[in-house]
Amino acid sequence: MSTFEFLLQGLLVAAQPMNLLYALIGVTLGTAVGVLPGIGPALTVALLLPVTYRLDPAGSLIMFAGIYYGGMYGGSTTSILLNTPGESSSIVTALEGNKMARAGRGGPALATAAIGSFVAGLIATFGLAFIAPVIVKLALVFGPREYFALMVLAFVTVSSAFGDSTLRGLTSLFIGLALSIIGIDQLTGQTRLAFGVPDLLDGVEVTTLAVAMFAIGETLFIAAQGNTGPDKVEAVKGSVWMNAADWARSWKPWLRGTLIGFPIGAMPAGGAEIGTFLSYATEKRLTKHPEEFGNGAIEGVAGPEAANNASAAGTLVPLLTLGLPTTATAAIMLAGFQQYGLQPGPLLFATNPQLVWGLIASLLIANFMLLVLNLPLVGLWVRLLTIPKPWLYAGILLFATLGTIGANPSVFELGMLLAFGLLGYAMRVFGYPIAPVVVGLILGPLAEQQLRRALAISQGDFTVLFTSPIAAVLLTIAALAFIVPLILRARGKGEVLSQMAAEED
Amino acid sequence: MSQEPLNTQAKERRPEWAAFGIAAILVAIAAVILLDASRLREVSGYSPVGPGTVPMAIGVILLLLAAWTVIAAIRGDFPERERQELPPVIWIVGGLAAQMLLLNIAGFSIATGVLFAATAAGFGKRRLWVSLPVGIVLCLVVWLIFAGLLQLSLPAGPIERLFQ
Repeated sequence: MSTFEFLLQGLLVAAQPMNLLYALIGVTLGTAVGVLPGIGPALTVALLLPVTYRLDPAGSLIMFAGIYYGGMYGGSTTSILLNTPGESSSIVTALEGNKMARAGRGGPALATAAIGSFVAGLIATFGLAFIAPVIVKLALVFGPREYFALMVLAFVTVSSAFGDSTLRGLTSLFIGLALSIIGIDQLTGQTRLAFGVPDLLDGVEVTTLAVAMFAIGETLFIAAQGNTGPDKVEAVKGSVWMNAADWARSWKPWLRGTLIGFPIGAMPAGGAEIGTFLSYATEKRLTKHPEEFGNGAIEGVAGPEAANNASAAGTLVPLLTLGLPTTATAAIMLAGFQQYGLQPGPLLFATNPQLVWGLIASLLIANFMLLVLNLPLVGLWVRLLTIPKPWLYAGILLFATLGTIGANPSVFELGMLLAFGLLGYAMRVFGYPIAPVVVGLILGPLAEQQLRRALAISQGDFTVLFTSPIAAVLLTIAALAFIVPLILRARGKGEVLSQMAAEED
Repeated sequence: MSQEPLNTQAKERRPEWAAFGIAAILVAIAAVILLDASRLREVSGYSPVGPGTVPMAIGVILLLLAAWTVIAAIRGDFPERERQELPPVIWIVGGLAAQMLLLNIAGFSIATGVLFAATAAGFGKRRLWVSLPVGIVLCLVVWLIFAGLLQLSLPAGPIERLFQ
């Protein structure tokens, strides 16, 4: 069957009333958490994992994807009106968007962000649909060593290639990997690092770690900054509609942002932030109104917002076709697949095409829902920004612990939640990135499995890892991604990399 | 990121010691992993690649990272920190600990209500006689929705039993 037929079939799955409802819940929740400062899509998916345990796989995965897309839309609203980005990939939007809002042009800024997100999301989702089958075919020749090399590449790019320190990125990654070996070894059944505690035999739950790190760590960190006074929310003055000049200046940045964002998201390079920064730089160079940059140029909102959403769709390419998460949200979505005993990858396209294509098609539908949610209803979301901090964070912790208690109402699990929360707080204080811990925890066992399979085939000969051409190329890229940033930082050119730091989504 | 540390003396001294502390923690984690891995090595016998191989590698790399952290600290490569307010952190950690201990005794609503009030207190809302009842009622509503409608197993206490 051709991609079109698969996609049409997927649309039939996605258009089932229950799945439409899940998509609507997903995008609504996603927009809400995207708008709220302090919680991102990664945390929301982690919170919902235990709650959705009893739902059917297609429905809850559609909901998670909706949250991911919604979070990307909602983040822009916060950046534009509050100048406090809801998540890291919206930092660039705040540069120009908040200036526009202060100049009374908040409406057009919100509109170009929402429509740009829509255009980019639509094109990138089609990109996903057409590229995924190609990669699935390529991946069929992948053996254990190729997968291992791919995971090494993902480890390097997630932890050390971007961000402000190779050392701290790697340390975060290896804390995650150290946590990942706790529990029963998948291949031999030996218990490792469980110390006779039955609760540890199943290993550390990804959701517990993610909720602790993102919700509790973040709450502690914000609280420890003391009372900095209320943030100023810019009111949306005037019309939310764009005039002809706005349209003329927006459409090219939307397309360019999509072209930049999608490949970056699709490569195992981690983070939507990189695309947004590149798009911003591109628009700044190409603009006919250079004097407006820094004072509220609409191109500076349109391009990065498109890039942001395009790379969110791009991230789903390695996740669905190779089972390789490159962001924290994707890592937790992988945990969502595993919760139902599904392993994303080439096989899933063959064994469960209904689910995969239903998911991809539902993203197209989610995009339309998000456009409606974010343009006419934007005033509703702005209200969320006026919730006072004490109640907001008290509520976040209420729901954070609810998820963990619902999954496993034990004192031990809550103790782990508290311990990892303190770890997440300490890591924020000392400038260690959080995403590598989560990616390390979920990808660690998979990488170990592939490594040991490869070595079992070769009877313990380590050179086998480098003798396949594909694996050799992947490992070389990984080595470059490790060494080049080290040299750049040593020469004092690290600022660019630290600006591209992948935070949480 | 705009707050200046109040005490410049502390700014120069503190990060370094913190880095040494982090290195020590990394060494401790590595030691535990290596000890456990060596036990597995005995179990698995001759096979060159067993359940202990990867933990061994992780342990060794953690030791290297600890050494790197010490070097970075000595060279002054460690980032400066903003001043952290301790009382809010104590409020919230206390709330989480109280919830953990109360959960199976007092039920979801009371335990989580305490957490709610403590978190609000950490952010400056110290009027517990307002926030505690608000928190407990809110948690009860959440309990009714999630335990009642979604059949999540949330521990019940004296308040919840009134609705069962």
